[in-house]
Amino acid sequence: MAGNRVAVVGVGQTRYAAVRDDVSLPGLLREAVFRALADAHMTMDDIDAIVVGKAPDFFEGMMMPESYLAEALGAVGKPLFRVHTAGSVGGSTALVAATHVQSGVHDRVLTIGWQQQSVSEAMWALSFPIPFQQQLVAGAGGYFAPFIREYIRRSDAPDHIGILVALKDRLNALKNPYAHLHEPDITFESIEESFMLWEPIRYSETCPGSDGAIALVLASEGAAEASAASSGVPPAWIHGTAMRSEPATASGRDQVNPVAGIECAADVYAQAGITDPRRQVDVVEMYVPFSWYEPMWLENLGFAPEGEGWKLTADGATEMTGDLPVNCSGGVLSTNPIGASGMIRFGEAALQVRGQAGDHQVDGARVAVGHAYGGAAQFYAMWVVGADKP
Amino acid sequence: MTTEDRRDRSISTLPDGLWTQPTPSVPVDLGDDPVRRQVVPAAMRYNYSPGLASTRFLRGLAEKRFLGERCPETGEVYIPPRGVSPVSGLPTTEQVEVGPKATITSFCVVHIGFGVNAPPTPFVSALFLPDGAAVSLYGTMGEVPHDEVRIGMRVEPVWVDDDQLTESMENIRYWRPIDEPDVPAEQLKGHM
Amino acid sequence: MRDVAIVSVAQSHHRRSAEELNEVEMIQPVIRAALDGVGASISDIDFTCSGSSDYLAGQAFSFVMTLDAVGAWPPIVESHVEMDGAWALYEAWLKIQTGAADTAFVYSYSKASPGDLPRVMSRMLDPYYAGPLWPDSVAYAGLQARAMLDAGVTTERQMAEVAHRNRESARTNPNAQVVGSPSVDELLAAPMLSDPLRVHDCPPISDGGVAVVLAAGDRAREWAERPAWIRGIDHRIDGHQIGARDLTTAPSVALAAQRAGVDGAFDVAEVHAPFSHQEQLVLDGLGVGNGVEVNPSGGALAANPMMAAGLIRLGEVATRIMDGSAGRGVAHATSGHLLQQNLVCVLEGGD
Repeated sequence: MAGNRVAVVGVGQTRYAAVRDDVSLPGLLREAVFRALADAHMTMDDIDAIVVGKAPDFFEGMMMPESYLAEALGAVGKPLFRVHTAGSVGGSTALVAATHVQSGVHDRVLTIGWQQQSVSEAMWALSFPIPFQQQLVAGAGGYFAPFIREYIRRSDAPDHIGILVALKDRLNALKNPYAHLHEPDITFESIEESFMLWEPIRYSETCPGSDGAIALVLASEGAAEASAASSGVPPAWIHGTAMRSEPATASGRDQVNPVAGIECAADVYAQAGITDPRRQVDVVEMYVPFSWYEPMWLENLGFAPEGEGWKLTADGATEMTGDLPVNCSGGVLSTNPIGASGMIRFGEAALQVRGQAGDHQVDGARVAVGHAYGGAAQFYAMWVVGADKP
Repeated sequence: MTTEDRRDRSISTLPDGLWTQPTPSVPVDLGDDPVRRQVVPAAMRYNYSPGLASTRFLRGLAEKRFLGERCPETGEVYIPPRGVSPVSGLPTTEQVEVGPKATITSFCVVHIGFGVNAPPTPFVSALFLPDGAAVSLYGTMGEVPHDEVRIGMRVEPVWVDDDQLTESMENIRYWRPIDEPDVPAEQLKGHM
Repeated sequence: MRDVAIVSVAQSHHRRSAEELNEVEMIQPVIRAALDGVGASISDIDFTCSGSSDYLAGQAFSFVMTLDAVGAWPPIVESHVEMDGAWALYEAWLKIQTGAADTAFVYSYSKASPGDLPRVMSRMLDPYYAGPLWPDSVAYAGLQARAMLDAGVTTERQMAEVAHRNRESARTNPNAQVVGSPSVDELLAAPMLSDPLRVHDCPPISDGGVAVVLAAGDRAREWAERPAWIRGIDHRIDGHQIGARDLTTAPSVALAAQRAGVDGAFDVAEVHAPFSHQEQLVLDGLGVGNGVEVNPSGGALAANPMMAAGLIRLGEVATRIMDGSAGRGVAHATSGHLLQQNLVCVLEGGD
């Protein structure tokens, strides 16, 4: 990995919910920010730069809201930066924040990803009725469902794999006090019987829309060691960072197993010295908004050969008790403030290698992968974090 | 710090939200019902420009023709064209008529539509690769039970009546099967 | 710190409305020209970063469409900021500093013509107390002008002189939109638009974009005979609540200028001051002193494509260094209302 060493020394999350009307927008963000700073044993005064990321501003009806939030985020007199890379934004924002430190220019960077899906209608914001553009009458899930169908055709996967993923993620969410969906009564049958939305995706196999924010504190080597000495919690050292983009519609694109995802993963593994991801990675937080994306991304990220990702799911390998736990936090399927979701993956990976994941901790996790994707499966952001220094 | 302490720290001791408010220096009676929502009506008007390529495409649709544009580097035809080839970044200026026949590259059965134009559910939303084009168009299927739709199925568009034609994709009511053999799915990869 | 330079700059011919083009068609020639300027293709670029705003385009994820103009196939390393391209350049500069890239491509653009810009800009305000009042951006700027006039920091004549000078300078800028100006007395005789601002005190509404190529060390020397080296770059933000700010100063300009190392003599300064009264605030904050040519391009008063006008200032200074007409320059970009957020960059010729 290029540049100076950088580590995650603080993670703070809000309680995710369909509607957080107990707080104003600054209140929501400060809930995450103060928790992250407390975790890092730092105050706002210690922060050199603030990097904010979120998805479309039409979700909240505010243009470039970070301008308004300058005071609330402790940014006055400091550099404030705003990233927007569609659904992968939470991840790419964390990467931009890491770049701030890797460059040697900044020492302690606060980064926040957030979204308030309750403030406006997300589906409306995603698809304005622009007269000369095709209307996506099928909705977001309807966009992705055909690619899932193609995956099933290519891999000959049995029909129930999606249900297994949804069940696993929602049960994992019960161990994550911050998660949006807590469904203690969920079962295989309750998912199977839930309303079919876009075949083969059922209601219970679909991500919710959530309000929430996550904040991370990233620090240079010296600052990370000082923070850890004070807090008693080891840093999550960043071993690799990568992002890739490809066009939305290009001949030769494969939206089932996108090249940008494959290359992003290969890049981040090379930086982190990972040659056998299945064996060397202890836990994965990947961006799975619809159940079937777990087997698809397992292949795309090199954890399984093409056509065999579903077998890992079927065998229970991706359960918390398996040898490659995936989305112990409950994942995007249980919590989805779009602008934050990518950073939640990255933050959860950091929590794992710091031993801070509480009831959804994978014992002995030392190497974790965070993954985010967005747009028409075209933007990818990943990092590898480890308990050891790179 | 013990392992026990570390486990507890995964849940922040800082409570949700309101504690971050400073204590007011003037007594404030929040009453029983603090403000939880503020509704701010907002409306903005935009005059969108389709651009040159889209304009050509939409005018073609008004004549029941599919006009794609060719990438000068790869020779492949993009539809709907946006004026630029996404793989080369070069302007596409050569118009190429494609279709009207097409092949289904993938599809899903929709049980919950979105927007005022959505057909009655369940309906099939599909990707259609017009003959001669390199990428697919979105649309819906008609005149076929949804469980008989297949990847590789050959189809044609069903247009609105001539006196209802406009410069928009809404000229296509839906697509329907035609009597031609399916295209093998392997040939459709990369063109979805 | 690695030596990083701007080695190529291209802009559109900014105009009131590029209504026959969509954003992709508008920015594609600019992207192509910037790359052609160094004989490069996107495969020679290690990192791409763009700046744009959904609210200007009137569409969520609007930047996704314009990625087509880059030709991102095979996949590229690419990011996007919902900010002026000057900040996209900052991200690219940081990336090169990490060593993960030796070359970068930065572009930014907008079409303000589809929407009602002053009304759109009112969405960039405190959503609880200010936004619901729908103050348009011109009236908002007028508050700052009034504060400056009442404090004796400027006069209406000085504001008119700034407007006149900038638009007259634009005569030599082939990309400028508003070229040439009536005399100062004629300007002052015009009616008020939003007292104390007259039409001439305001920026034009522009459609346009800019693209820039960055390269490090020897790569920069290969690509340009006279690279415009970035000797210092920094950005800072002030508070948002105008009731809590002294509107007659822009502290983040001075802070960024200090951190960017603005000292010594400069040949040229390009400041991103959309309203005439703001130029002085920026110059005061930069502290470049007299004897500096200010806004030979005509500045934002001659062409103000949102999300691009800041990067254009950096491009204009770089262009003059690359063509040898300047040895050392300062470029400034602003974001938010009333100079809330500011970026300052010191550019220099030489080896």
